Amino acid sequence: MSYLLEGRDAPWEVVIGLEVHAQVISQSKLFSGASATYGGEPNTHVSLVDAGFPGMLPVINRECVAQAVRTGLGLNARINLESRFDRKNYFYADLPTGYQISQFAQPIVGSGVIEIELADGSTREIGITRLHLEQDAGKSLHDQHQTQSFIDLNRAGVGLMEIVSEPDMRSPEEAGAYVRKLRTILRYLGTCDGNMEEGSMRADVNVSVRHSGEPFRTRCEIKNVNSVRYVMQAIEAEARRQVQVWEAGGTVDQETRLFDPARGETRSLRSKEDAHDYRYFPDPDLLPLVIDEGWVADLKAGLPELPDAKRSRFVSEYGIPRYDAGVLVAEQATADFYETVAAGGDPRLAANWVTGDLFAALNRTGRTIADSPVSAQAMRELLGLMVDQTINGRIAKDVFEEMVETGEPPAAIVERRGLRQVTDTGAIDAAVEAVLAANADKLAEYRSGKDKLFGFFVGQVMKGMGGKGNPALVNEALRQRLARSP
Amino acid sequence: MSLDAATVKHIARLARIGIQDTEVARLQGELNGIIGWIEQLAAVDVEGVPPMVGTEQAALRMRDDVVTDGARPEAVLSNAPGRNGLFYTVPKVVE
Repeated sequence: MSYLLEGRDAPWEVVIGLEVHAQVISQSKLFSGASATYGGEPNTHVSLVDAGFPGMLPVINRECVAQAVRTGLGLNARINLESRFDRKNYFYADLPTGYQISQFAQPIVGSGVIEIELADGSTREIGITRLHLEQDAGKSLHDQHQTQSFIDLNRAGVGLMEIVSEPDMRSPEEAGAYVRKLRTILRYLGTCDGNMEEGSMRADVNVSVRHSGEPFRTRCEIKNVNSVRYVMQAIEAEARRQVQVWEAGGTVDQETRLFDPARGETRSLRSKEDAHDYRYFPDPDLLPLVIDEGWVADLKAGLPELPDAKRSRFVSEYGIPRYDAGVLVAEQATADFYETVAAGGDPRLAANWVTGDLFAALNRTGRTIADSPVSAQAMRELLGLMVDQTINGRIAKDVFEEMVETGEPPAAIVERRGLRQVTDTGAIDAAVEAVLAANADKLAEYRSGKDKLFGFFVGQVMKGMGGKGNPALVNEALRQRLARSP
Repeated sequence: MSLDAATVKHIARLARIGIQDTEVARLQGELNGIIGWIEQLAAVDVEGVPPMVGTEQAALRMRDDVVTDGARPEAVLSNAPGRNGLFYTVPKVVE
């Protein structure tokens, strides 16, 4: 399913590469002992190192390095046992030192690959070019005062992983799938919370267009896009703009642009003259970062099961469809919930209930899996009551709704409301007789060949039994009764 | 390698140093003198020698991930050119 833009002579293909900035989960900052926690009163999570005071020296945080290594391993990437830090020089009010400590020539993680899946079920591999560690900048607030900008350095110096992809994506959908997959992997690893609204994960999107078979044309970079939806919209808008420029006989300039979601368009941010002239050089305050192969192996041994592996296991171990397995592993909490429900019961039934009834209930109540109104344990008990024939599937839905409302255990609801399934054939036969007697007209129609009415009778019998009849037994009783003459 | 006048102006702009057109020729001469001097290093054959950043320790020392600093905004803001509450203030910068 290829995504092409219409052109005057030939269709245009869009080429996309992404740089994702992911804030490292750690207690303290990358090069200082100040807290890396989000929020706080302005400038209270700041050390003199972060504020760029003279003579202050950076000392690297081991956990930030470990997080970068874990992430690299999760991206199936090469880990560079020796890497280096460089200074990226630019002036901005929220960058006190006048440079960002980053890794330019020798990043800690080299090339890797992740697999994305598209709506039609097809998969694609997207190359990872590299991952490097760098510092975040502070925050500027421009709307607090008429003539002044306010600066808060709480975020300055927090560890970031910049994850750079190859220009391997060819549609907004692929870019969206890539960001979602990356976010899932980071969350599983516990290396970044992936929270795009709070800015702990944000994307720079590189877009160019070309006719199929051509070499790459000039790209533009759209900075700081902070949701999956905006990533996709920004690509669409920017690709359209570039096609217009080329078709009007112009050329696309390499530049940094900003996506304006309200207007659905991108606009130029910086003049080309200043862009990308960061005069990188090795940071003389920092020796090479050398890590031990044994330590990397330890970190690898401590990694959790990642989404792709978990999905394959769900398919083989539980016999559930690949699609359902994909839905269940998208969030680790959902996968854990599912495994608790499935344990010792019917895993396929569990998959249907978690992705169906449970998700619907969460949507309706505005809750997440983490604060689900029905616990995984309670849901397992409910499904257990179905499997052992205590209640039928129809009644189970009602019990589940009541569990959502009240939080009461399923067995208690079944007992209190007398919902046990009726398997007593005498009672079922009596209900069948009553329905046939009350619907003599329908019975006559059935006898004259209107077979479809069988379903009507089943429904009436179940209704007469308050929904509690065993469906198989009701079917059987009706079939036998109708086979006999009046 | 030598710098032309336009590159000198560009470097000054990147470093946020305001220079007059009349100063460009002099700065160009000075910078080219420095570059020429450094370029003597090019005479050394470093084929096969990995880049070296220092001679003391071989590698970075790492610290544990513990919060040991912060919660002292007064010290942090002590050199601020301007402040409002606990914020630094600067002339408005909007892109």
